[in-house]
Amino acid sequence: MNFEDTPQEAEFRATARAWIGANAPKQYEDELRKSSLGRTVLRNADILDVAKAWQKKKADAGWACLHWPKEYGGRGSSPIERVIWQQEEGPFGLLSRMFIIGHGMCGPTMMAFAREEHKRTYLPPLASGEKVWCQLFSEPAGGSDVAGLRTRAEKDGDDWVINGQKIWTSGAHYSDYGILLTRTDPTVPKHKGLTMFFLDMKSPGVEVRPIKQASGASDFNEVYFTNVRIPDHQRLGEVGDGWNVSLTTLMNERSAIGAAVSTGFPELFEYCSSLMLDDGPAIEDRAVRSKLANWAVKASGLKYTSMRAISALSKGERPGPENSIGKLVAGSMIQDVATYALDLQGASGVVSGEDAELAGRFQAMLLRAPGTRVEGGTDEIMRNIIAERVLGLPGDIRVDKDVPFNKIPTKGRG
Amino acid sequence: MNFDFSDDQKQLRDQARKFLAEKCSPKAVRVVLDGKAPYDKELWKGLAEMGFLGVAIPEEFGGAGAGHLELCVIAEEMGRANAPVPFSSTVYLAAEALLIAGSDAQKKKWLPAIASGEAIGTLALFEGKGNPAPKNVKLTAANGVLNGVKKPVPDGAIADFAVVAARTGSSGRDGDISLFLVDLKGAGVEVKSLTNLDPTRGQAEITFSDCKAEPLGAAGEGWSILTQVLDRAAVLCAFEQVGGSDRALEMGRDYALDRIAFGRQIGSFQAVKHMLADMYVSATLARSNSYFGAWALSTNAAELPEAAAAARISATQAFQHCAKNNIQVHGGMGFTWEFDCHMYYRRANAMALGLGSLSYWEDQLIDRMRKKNAA
Ligand SMILES: Cc1cc2nc3c(=O)[nH]c(=O)nc-3n(C[C@H](O)[C@H](O)[C@H](O)COP(=O)(O)OP(=O)(O)OC[C@H]3O[C@@H](n4cnc5c(N)ncnc54)[C@H](O)[C@@H]3O)c2cc1C
Repeated sequence: MNFEDTPQEAEFRATARAWIGANAPKQYEDELRKSSLGRTVLRNADILDVAKAWQKKKADAGWACLHWPKEYGGRGSSPIERVIWQQEEGPFGLLSRMFIIGHGMCGPTMMAFAREEHKRTYLPPLASGEKVWCQLFSEPAGGSDVAGLRTRAEKDGDDWVINGQKIWTSGAHYSDYGILLTRTDPTVPKHKGLTMFFLDMKSPGVEVRPIKQASGASDFNEVYFTNVRIPDHQRLGEVGDGWNVSLTTLMNERSAIGAAVSTGFPELFEYCSSLMLDDGPAIEDRAVRSKLANWAVKASGLKYTSMRAISALSKGERPGPENSIGKLVAGSMIQDVATYALDLQGASGVVSGEDAELAGRFQAMLLRAPGTRVEGGTDEIMRNIIAERVLGLPGDIRVDKDVPFNKIPTKGRG
Repeated sequence: MNFDFSDDQKQLRDQARKFLAEKCSPKAVRVVLDGKAPYDKELWKGLAEMGFLGVAIPEEFGGAGAGHLELCVIAEEMGRANAPVPFSSTVYLAAEALLIAGSDAQKKKWLPAIASGEAIGTLALFEGKGNPAPKNVKLTAANGVLNGVKKPVPDGAIADFAVVAARTGSSGRDGDISLFLVDLKGAGVEVKSLTNLDPTRGQAEITFSDCKAEPLGAAGEGWSILTQVLDRAAVLCAFEQVGGSDRALEMGRDYALDRIAFGRQIGSFQAVKHMLADMYVSATLARSNSYFGAWALSTNAAELPEAAAAARISATQAFQHCAKNNIQVHGGMGFTWEFDCHMYYRRANAMALGLGSLSYWEDQLIDRMRKKNAA
């Protein structure tokens, strides 16, 4: 067991640090450092422009998508080098969140299932941030139950014709491409009739309508498909094998483990270290200390859990379902941390935005937190995954599992 | 960076697990639990023969000289098996105190005896209510003679010697405390067994009346040595707690697969699945914090004080969480003496107090984090 850099790792770190020091957009460092978890806004610049510029600069110097193969725009780095990079990139890493779906999920799915020529065409501009991708899975009829989706794909010559609706699609409004899960055969049980594609979001018949979120921001969208044509060579995997392809996407979502999960703890600790309560400094208060200590060990537990996963990955082990715990623990922790930080502010905790203490950092965190517990699989689905896939407990009873999709009773929306 | 045990260490773990599965069945634990023996002597002998008692003791003092990572691996298995032996008091507390502060003669006298299983040691720190703090040490030492009462002393009734914290000054500072080494079989020592939450590990009250003692470490250094001992023991106990958490989770999982109600395995009910998933989560966080503690312990890194407190808190919470919910998963069966669930519940709650309570370690953690941030 060794927690220190090897000589090669130290050298990599030094090189990365020097490059970041010379090239990062420092004018935004302070704002990024102080930004709220889950919501990064720059006052005098468009975050997407800044993110794209930084990503392109990284790509040109060989620092983009470190673990991807070089021929697809990556660097071919080890998992540990990736972690070192993230540590060194610090707050500038927040900018790459704009690309997390493309880099973390769409890219790896393309790498596993697209034709070689498509990989060479589409992956480098994805790595460099010039093209942004989104993931078109969820529908009104299928979120947790992804396989319950209804968007139809019908073969017409060499094309497929798509009709239907997606929802909650993050970043669709600024995406260039998307991976799309569709139903190609409604007469077989739901998991068997799905097929995956990738498509140009500017294709005729694609309509993106931003949704205003509970937090007030608009990061996700409804996406409507009306007779959208996708050539067959943009199919990912076999016809009817879309469920397996989507599992690869979802597995990769979990293996974006290097990305240390944010918990809100460092922000809370810093805050409590300077906050004065009626009876003195918050950090001297017995109750405050107890809360802080409990969250401290969750935060460090998550950090070292991801380090263990990376060590396993370095030895060639595949990332497993045990990585589901990051989001599960961090999601509700962020929510609780934000609630507590506001509680410590007393009545003024209610004031948000620019008018609030710390520019509304914890208020914004509180309002974003519910989404964290839902996106990428709800807390309940995460617990199911741990119970079934890690602990080997029986699957939930699925009454629709063997029923042809078009015979499943429907009610309500969709 | 490599955040995992080595293959050799994993092999040692397998070896220890196999040995304990054979020699330390729940049936064997129950002999001690039911009060038929103060500890499992056969097991203790076996642990010595396997080289487990002296795994972190240098070869020149009769140990295996392997190191603390190896000791962590063994500790986890001791926790898994709920071993009814004075392992933590002897190996984590007494031996560590000797390793940190003992003179060559003291090490030569006691460490080989620990490694061979001949001597049981302990740390006599507490004097009734309260957490570790210099002001709570009232027992006095003057001219090498101790007077006062210690309680609870882990494994005090079976121990051959104790490291005793005593007051040697009245300045009101940490420097008032010094440590002494006492042969408990000598004159001036009176030992009384105490009933306690976890009978598989005894607790005692020890009265020292004009008892002769030799200093351990320099006068006035007692508190700083103790802090180091407690930190090291916190990491080692955390591994026992992680082992216990995993075992409790495993018992719950197995029962959930086995027991049928409403025509289904109870493990197919989501409320039960989610309870077990949450047990897995807390056990995993504790394991990860403990690994960091193990690294800090084995390298004596500057991070050790903070890492030890984090491992301690996380592992204490996880073991309590897993042990109580293991009973819940077992339903009424879980509340019988006959089922083993309560052994882990007892051990989890006793261990939560042994080195000072959670609130003590919470305080320590925050103090240490502040210090680091200030530095
Ligand atoms: C901020 C945000 C961004 C998102 N981005 C994307 C995106 O980019 N692309 C995309 O495809 N999707 C995206 N999603 C959608 C997201 O994946 C789904 O919202 C999520 O999987 C939950 O599905 P649902 O909304 O249909 O809720 P439902 O599935 O209707 O769930 C409602 C409630 O029922 C519970 N529930 C459902 N099934 C079970 C079960 N089997 N056992 C126990 N409880 C259950 C859920 O846990 C939840 O509490 C995003 C969502 C959010 C909030």
